[in-house]
Amino acid sequence: MAASDTIGGTPRQRATDYLLRRHRFRMAEALPWLIAIAVFFIFPTRMTFGSQVLVMVMFALSLDLILGYAGIVTLGHAAFFGVGAYTVGLAAARLDWTEPISGLFAAAIAAGLVGFVTGWFLLRYRGLTLLMLTLATAILLQETGNLRSDISGGYDGLPGLTFKPLLGVFDYDLYGHTNYLYALTVLAIIFFFVRRIVYSPFGQALTGIRENVRRMHAIGSPVHRRLVTVYTIAAAIAGVAGALFTQTNAYVTLTVFDFDNSAKVMVMLILGGTGRLYGAFVGAAVYMVLEDYFSKLSPTFWQFGIGLMLVLAVLFTPRGILGLFERIGDYLAERKRS
Amino acid sequence: MAALQVEKLNRTFGALPVTRDVDLTLERGARCALIGPNGAGKTTLVNLITGVLKPHSGRVLLNGEDITASSQADRARRGLARTFQINQLFRGLTVLENLCMTVGERDGHCNNLWRSSGSKREVIDEAIGYLDSLRLTDDALKLVRELPYGRQRLVEIAIALAQKPRVLLLDEPAAGVPSSESHLILDVVAALDPDIAVLIIEHDMDVVFRFAKEITVLVQGAVFTQGTPAEIMSNEQVRAVYLGQEGHRGGHHG
Repeated sequence: MAASDTIGGTPRQRATDYLLRRHRFRMAEALPWLIAIAVFFIFPTRMTFGSQVLVMVMFALSLDLILGYAGIVTLGHAAFFGVGAYTVGLAAARLDWTEPISGLFAAAIAAGLVGFVTGWFLLRYRGLTLLMLTLATAILLQETGNLRSDISGGYDGLPGLTFKPLLGVFDYDLYGHTNYLYALTVLAIIFFFVRRIVYSPFGQALTGIRENVRRMHAIGSPVHRRLVTVYTIAAAIAGVAGALFTQTNAYVTLTVFDFDNSAKVMVMLILGGTGRLYGAFVGAAVYMVLEDYFSKLSPTFWQFGIGLMLVLAVLFTPRGILGLFERIGDYLAERKRS
Repeated sequence: MAALQVEKLNRTFGALPVTRDVDLTLERGARCALIGPNGAGKTTLVNLITGVLKPHSGRVLLNGEDITASSQADRARRGLARTFQINQLFRGLTVLENLCMTVGERDGHCNNLWRSSGSKREVIDEAIGYLDSLRLTDDALKLVRELPYGRQRLVEIAIALAQKPRVLLLDEPAAGVPSSESHLILDVVAALDPDIAVLIIEHDMDVVFRFAKEITVLVQGAVFTQGTPAEIMSNEQVRAVYLGQEGHRGGHHG
């Protein structure tokens, strides 16, 4: 795998070097960020859509932490996105708390708390049981919002929210330029944190849980604690994504809790490639751009295009688009050697 | 004080008693073998000792401390390690990562979310040390699932050693390995640190008689007899219930 590029030295040195260097920043990692900045200059009129893509990247990234690294399969990740979205929505509509950045923190804390409490109970289970329980969590939250539609606005949502200028200086423009740069900055900060976690010893332990939980117990790992910790972090990040969603769209409805939203983010991540950090970027961007393109091409049959794409993806890229690139890279390296 | 003491352990699966009043003591540095026909409850006993299963009655003491109520992970952190009859490895990770993970969890490094896992040089060096001692260093950067089964069995043992155990339970360490390679594994077992108390489950009588100073024979969940290899070998009843059956059912043993 990745080790083949360090030729020379004894096996012992090579093995040590591989681990010592693995977490270092690689030049290729700059690519998605350069593209995101280039998009800002090339498509100045599509910044609202661009912000939505960045929000979904962040949402998919939070799912990658628990699905790609810890191996927790969930169909209720929209619960945390929704809690974050409604934290800033309700704060703005009901409490007149419209400062955006403190709103993000509030959303992270609220969603993280929900993640901690539900995770503590649910993460004793695995497989189908966990799938059903996470799904139920999102539905329960959605129905709670529906029950108190006097507060939440029900399925009509909270329209026409306004937020204070960013840092008290940058106001929002019609084309969403401010929002795009705002979302990109928040994504970069979140990504930095997630990347640290993934390459930390804690992140290593998560991959251990994914690969073999029985062995993790046998080597003395506090598995439940590790899972609850990462679930809480992922929930908080999903909450920030939800908060950004509300802020950049200036409205929120109960559909953020939809099963659709949980399923879509999972499809995006799997499409891009799980357990790779950048799978979230590739998957969310490809999915949303194609969705946008198909829906303009054919407003009635666009879902057929998405469906076809997914079938092709499952058939030809079982490890996601990034997995496909990896395979091509391995193949070329192999040919070069022989 | 005994390294491991099992007192009057009982466990049933439904109406079927699989462990019946088992007493077992391992002194520090013990070399003990657990033998018995298929279905005698050997692996169940290992699962009860390590905490995978909870006994219905009886006690397990590790270095004199009662660990009967402790979790599996807690027991492991107190120095009780095991290998599995069927490999339980991190198959999608490299051999070196398998070892670093074990060292990291043992020393509590894995509670750290911030520093990079490569930044503790001593963890990597120690992990490679275990690979060196089992001659696995050449495979350090291979994924576990790419290794032949016999090599994977060595990783299984390396992980247990990296836990720095005081008590080590080996559940058929050479199971599934072709006989041409099994001596590699058995050499490793024979060269284990003399301070570690070792309990080995093994079907190969040559190995048992060569390795063990004490042998416990388990039949239908209960201790049938205990003794030195010489005593067990000359015990007519053991020959009848176990060795006789062994010949009779030999085809079942891998």
